Amino acid sequence: MEFVYEVEGGDFTKAGNASSAVKKTLKQLNVNPKVVKRIVVALYEAEVNIVAHAYNGTIKVTINSEHIHIVLDDKGPGIPDIDLAMQEGYSTASSKVREMGFGAGMGLPNMKKNVDELNVSSEVDKGTTVEMITYL
Amino acid sequence: MKISEIIKVLNASIACGEAYIETNIERGFASDLMSDVLTLDTDKMILITGLANMQTIRTVEMADVQCILFVRNKQISEDMLKLAQEHNMVLLQCKYSMFNAVGKLYQAGLEPVY
Ligand SMILES: Nc1ncnc2c1ncn2[C@@H]1O[C@H](COP(=O)(O)OP(=O)(O)OP(=O)(O)O)[C@@H](O)[C@H]1O
Ligand SMILES: [Mg+2]
Repeated sequence: MEFVYEVEGGDFTKAGNASSAVKKTLKQLNVNPKVVKRIVVALYEAEVNIVAHAYNGTIKVTINSEHIHIVLDDKGPGIPDIDLAMQEGYSTASSKVREMGFGAGMGLPNMKKNVDELNVSSEVDKGTTVEMITYL
Repeated sequence: MKISEIIKVLNASIACGEAYIETNIERGFASDLMSDVLTLDTDKMILITGLANMQTIRTVEMADVQCILFVRNKQISEDMLKLAQEHNMVLLQCKYSMFNAVGKLYQAGLEPVY
């Protein structure tokens, strides 16, 4: 099964719509609720990152009996130092993003904690790709 | 502690989820930082917050939290209410500050997460 969602940068009213849809699907597929929570928390953090830090992006979710594979691909400023961005507390979030309740610098560490495999790659001034794999 | 007791302790009003006020809540977590909330792995928890926007509702949806208390009479928008109802959440409002509300709930026996 494969699903694709579009995400618009800057639009906080819709941030989380894709994660919510994925949550619904995983529940319908009777995936263990603890596993569902871990996946959607990681996905939501990554979706909010596109909204908060990039211009626009797509989310591709592939589900089969062995794993759930999610790729978030965005056009945006990219991440110059990924190791630094992965550190707890590191954030470049704008005051607008902070007003929305984000910008603690916990998103990427949170993703790492909640999925089996996390790969982040990025090119400055082009965009960022986040890949998350959870084995079932 | 039941949600109904939380309502009593704080003189809170209920914006939605009347049907679930006998649900038991064991722990409280107070934060305006949504990524902080998303680090938790705690069942039967209430989120106490001064942040009232769509992301507050989305965050607790992802985190499987059923109940939110908004302090300082923070207003709940129509969109927030609709989303919360869709997910069977209980939304409460009280006039107390975060400090005061948290103090009263702690005194009444609500446990912290950490
Ligand atoms: N998709 C992205 N595009 C550009 N920069 C990003 C992207 N995702 C993360 N970053 C950069 O990495 C930093 C750390 O990201 P992380 O998600 O950990 O924290 P945050 O988004 O700033 O705050 P939080 O997630 O706690 O709300 C961001 O502040 C930003 O500088
Ligand atoms: Mg983030």
